[in-house]
Amino acid sequence: MFQFMHYPPQLWFGQLSLGLINGSFYALLSLGLAVIFGMLNIVNFAHGAVYMLGAFCAWFLLNGFDIPYPVLIHGQLALASAHLPTHLNMWWALLLSPLIVGVFGMIMQRTMLRRLDGLEPIYGLLLTFGLAAVIQGLLQNAYGSSGEPYDIPNVLSGGHNLGFMFLPNYRIFVVVASSVVCFGTWLAIERTRFGATLRAATENPKLVQAFGINVPLMITLTYGLGVAIAAFAGVLAAPIYQVNPTMGADLIVVVFAVVVIGGMGSILGSIISGYMLGLIEGLTKVIYPQASGVIVFVIMAIVLLVRPSGLFGRAS
Amino acid sequence: MSITKKHILAGLMLATTALIAPAHAAASKSLTLAVISDMSGLYKDAGGPGSVVAVNMAIKDSGIEKQGWSVKVIGLDHQNKPDVGANLARQAIDQDHADAIIDVPNSAVALAISPIVQEKNKVFLIDGAAADILTGAKCSPNQVHFATDTWALAHGTGGAITKAGGKTWFFITADYAFGKSLEKNTGAVAIANGGKVLGHVRAPLSTPDFSSFLLQAQASKAQVIGLANAGGDTINSMKQGAEFGIQKGGQIMAPLLLFITDVNSLGLKTAQGLEFTSSFYWDLNDQTRAFSKRYQALEPLKHMPTWDQAAVYSSTLQYLKAVEKLGDASDGKKVVTEMKSFPTDDAVFGKGQIRADGRAVFPTYLFKVKSPAESKGPWDYYKLIAKIPADQAFRPMKDGHCPYVK
Repeated sequence: MFQFMHYPPQLWFGQLSLGLINGSFYALLSLGLAVIFGMLNIVNFAHGAVYMLGAFCAWFLLNGFDIPYPVLIHGQLALASAHLPTHLNMWWALLLSPLIVGVFGMIMQRTMLRRLDGLEPIYGLLLTFGLAAVIQGLLQNAYGSSGEPYDIPNVLSGGHNLGFMFLPNYRIFVVVASSVVCFGTWLAIERTRFGATLRAATENPKLVQAFGINVPLMITLTYGLGVAIAAFAGVLAAPIYQVNPTMGADLIVVVFAVVVIGGMGSILGSIISGYMLGLIEGLTKVIYPQASGVIVFVIMAIVLLVRPSGLFGRAS
Repeated sequence: MSITKKHILAGLMLATTALIAPAHAAASKSLTLAVISDMSGLYKDAGGPGSVVAVNMAIKDSGIEKQGWSVKVIGLDHQNKPDVGANLARQAIDQDHADAIIDVPNSAVALAISPIVQEKNKVFLIDGAAADILTGAKCSPNQVHFATDTWALAHGTGGAITKAGGKTWFFITADYAFGKSLEKNTGAVAIANGGKVLGHVRAPLSTPDFSSFLLQAQASKAQVIGLANAGGDTINSMKQGAEFGIQKGGQIMAPLLLFITDVNSLGLKTAQGLEFTSSFYWDLNDQTRAFSKRYQALEPLKHMPTWDQAAVYSSTLQYLKAVEKLGDASDGKKVVTEMKSFPTDDAVFGKGQIRADGRAVFPTYLFKVKSPAESKGPWDYYKLIAKIPADQAFRPMKDGHCPYVK
């Protein structure tokens, strides 16, 4: 049997499959970021936090919500909580969590981000960075750092032995679900009438508004969509990664590098570079695991030197 | 005799010294304890705010405040960065006049803080860090090491598993001081017991996805996969190990360092059957139960104490007893020598002793995680398999080669 660089082929095939799976998460997250940046010109640093909210929201939906409310005990204000039992299954969580978090995103956009219209993108970056820190801090105070148990749904537990590796069913589901969402989003923005209007509104909002189209509403919906995609990725991640308040912060920096490599705002670029970097990172984990945390940034530096606008970006 | 400017100045200076002196004498009965821990990252639940709770409990139980001492506690976040930790330690000592630095989970940060504490002649109570060189090559007359270390963990868990037939090992190691030390120690124990180390993979700290590393471990065909990591990294490796059917395939996953908060996060369904070493469990005896119930009521998240937090309590209590006996905390080396001069005795570890090299010795325990059916309620997670007596639990002092111990 052939061997490459002292590693048996099973290991290479296995790592490539894993790279594809991790790439799915990168693609989903960078897609949301690219949509928001491309259409709204906002560098959304709260993306990791909404990804985490997606996972937590799914956990709440599965285990019930604890809703805090203030009470007076011996004349002192304290917090009590009421338990709202919602024991839904994973499929409902996959549907409802992105919706709930998406609405939360739209509220965030309407009440805060909209005030930054027309300012430099750096203001949006600072605001979303601050929001992410607040959301993360609040959840950490309430739930600690070790996170919550979250099992793989029974239907998707187990796996297939492919000969070169044991592939868990759940990971297959992740790849399929994320490809569907990525392709669907790309199709909606590049190939539908709604997408065309949206792109036109980004190009020249005044003109599009003159045609009687409600541009601010469109922008809110787009932000909500980007956030919902991140939350969807969060729900997908919940059974395999630790569900804790910093799960998004660990990932978001890598995802930004992915977006920069793909070309800021390019939807196809973010999807392709998401999968590609997942693969490269996977291979690094075999050849020199210690470098797996930095390889994406090394590539980012090289891409910025050679093609400053990213692999798929348009030079401005 | 004429009064010159010089005389007046000298007089003024004398007057000021006279004014300052009594204030200084009163100030020496005040203590500042700086808890430097991970307040926001993967080790937050293991140490973090819970360690501050444990310090406050120790202050109350020591009764030192009734003896006229005033004690201030500050909690600081080292973010798992050695440079940040070192700066915080300097600031705490120089600006807040801290007399002792406590906890410091993350061995890399503890190793960065250790020389600073020695240089300033303060006291370092190490609880959360586990690298065994802290009482070996990097020992210091200004520090003591409570709770567990990588030698104890390696001999407890590694010894038990190898003797039970797990002869071939593969390690998934956190790529820093603690992980490497744990891997080295456990590998040595496995080899000493007739085992073999087939390979290792070094994973960066806080890696979300361990599946690549797990796949390499699986491909090695080793009987045991040793997890030389901690906190969130252990949780992620265990969770994904279950997903990839590692244990179902016949390989044993051995977390070499485990906190009860990790088990709580994994859930018993995933964690059941794990064997590991710990110096503390809340449900060991009446004293630990009473302590833990008190702790739980004070802890913001209502968690049970981890062995790190228990060690924070124990070490702080011994420190305060020593300070009270000396009546002065200004000379750190003297306080540490005093701490070693009488046995430790507290609710969490029972009776023990601190050795000349700074190692606090207690019995440690081999536990097994209960199955969901065996568990009677929240936090009822461990069953005791074996007790390792204090004289066998830790590395003999002569093997540590601590430079200042002759």
